[in-house]
Amino acid sequence: MKKILFLSIAILSITTAFAQKKLYSTTTGTTTFDAGTGVENISATNKSTTSVFDAVSGQMQFKIMNKGFEFWSQLMQDHFNENYMESEKYPKTMFSGNITDIKKVNFSKDGTYPVKVKGTLDMHGVKKEIETTGSLKIKGDQVVGTSSFIVALADYNIVIPGVVKDKLAKTVKIDVSCNYSLIK
Amino acid sequence: MKNNFLKYTVILSIALFSKQVVLAQDDLLSIVEKNEPKKKEYVNNAFKSSRVINGHSMEFIGKGVLDTRILHRFGLINTGAKNLYGLDQANMRLGFDYGISKDLTIGIGRSNVGKELDGFIKYRLIQQSKGGESSSPVSVIFITGMTYSGLPFAEPGNPGNFYSNKMGFYNQVIIGRKFSDKFSFQLTPTHVHLNLVPRNIDANDIFAIGTGARLKLSNRIAFVVDYHYILKDLSRDLVTFSEGETEAKTQVEKYVNPLAIGFDIETGGHVFQLHFSNSTGMNEKSFITNTTNKWGKGEIRFGFNLSRVFTVVKKK
Repeated sequence: MKKILFLSIAILSITTAFAQKKLYSTTTGTTTFDAGTGVENISATNKSTTSVFDAVSGQMQFKIMNKGFEFWSQLMQDHFNENYMESEKYPKTMFSGNITDIKKVNFSKDGTYPVKVKGTLDMHGVKKEIETTGSLKIKGDQVVGTSSFIVALADYNIVIPGVVKDKLAKTVKIDVSCNYSLIK
Repeated sequence: MKNNFLKYTVILSIALFSKQVVLAQDDLLSIVEKNEPKKKEYVNNAFKSSRVINGHSMEFIGKGVLDTRILHRFGLINTGAKNLYGLDQANMRLGFDYGISKDLTIGIGRSNVGKELDGFIKYRLIQQSKGGESSSPVSVIFITGMTYSGLPFAEPGNPGNFYSNKMGFYNQVIIGRKFSDKFSFQLTPTHVHLNLVPRNIDANDIFAIGTGARLKLSNRIAFVVDYHYILKDLSRDLVTFSEGETEAKTQVEKYVNPLAIGFDIETGGHVFQLHFSNSTGMNEKSFITNTTNKWGKGEIRFGFNLSRVFTVVKKK
């Protein structure tokens, strides 16, 4: 009797753990950054940002292929991949963290909800904790997540050579925008 | 007995449960990614510049990009201090390359060596790629070029003086591979055609195999080697008149394979290619068929290629 009871609890707990997730995902999110100082336009866009979050636990992950960043200038793009990001060595930038106040978001009611996000940004071989705010805009099964934050290049061991010191900002503004849809 | 069984079941269920949780913690991305096909990714930046040193490299400048190229080849270093080790003499080529598309570049240039004007079309048939289906381990590039010498005819008034006599052509196939982030290598079978050669026993068609290699020393500095092996020896007798002598002297003019070694240094929008070589020519026809100085004898020149790119048409 007890055997059956505990086995069923075990099975139940597994299935609950599975069923408890409510995942939203995208593979076509947009990430842009601006590292210019006003001298020259140094910005790029990545339109194949992969991201997933769990509406129940608030867990959130991002994956961005560094070579997917498009610049207006081919030379800048080459320099970005070759000299700054070293995309051969560090092909992707990852974020893994949580929407800390996910409980405040009512996914069954359309609207825009401000959220806080906290986690680890893994870029150029360096892992660093970051914290930012963003918003989730709910519309049926679609969620538009946006966030904007600033990172310092020095924190991620990205060295700015003397000759471009006036052109390249020490801190980079990053904007993320993802159109998530519910995984059924 | 019963108690033991109870314990095991609890432990088992906890273990199973926590395993599921752990999985749930880490594998969100893999849930999305498993449905995605692996994408083909093109390999770029095999060389810093569109030239190894003398010859074309497997690299392209990009769509809408204008590359202004200023090339210098100085005099022989072994001419000594009175010539400032060759720096007193300068041969130069001014050229412009333009990227019509990612895989197509056209270029023109003018050298003071032989007052030669040259132009080329460079097209990438296959680009090295990895991942996905039908990826290629090598890049294959086809180049065809033309040269025109602006020197006056040797015998003015000769009815055989056609302008086409001053023309030369070259065709190349580059087969290259970026083996790693640091090392790239390419082979360049080359055909040069000269419309007019000094003597009727000289060959109009010359075949050579070029090799180019790059070793990246740091993110901004690379070591490069450029060597062309000429399949047929071009050496010929040369008849010369020395001043004060009445009789013509015959001497063998030895033609050698051009070899250049140097460093690519990149600073912002510029690439400096500083090098030492035994050739003065700055187009394919010229350095393949007209290199006479020997490394072994110390007949080396210093030279540089300066490349400055401008983005003419911005990418959307």
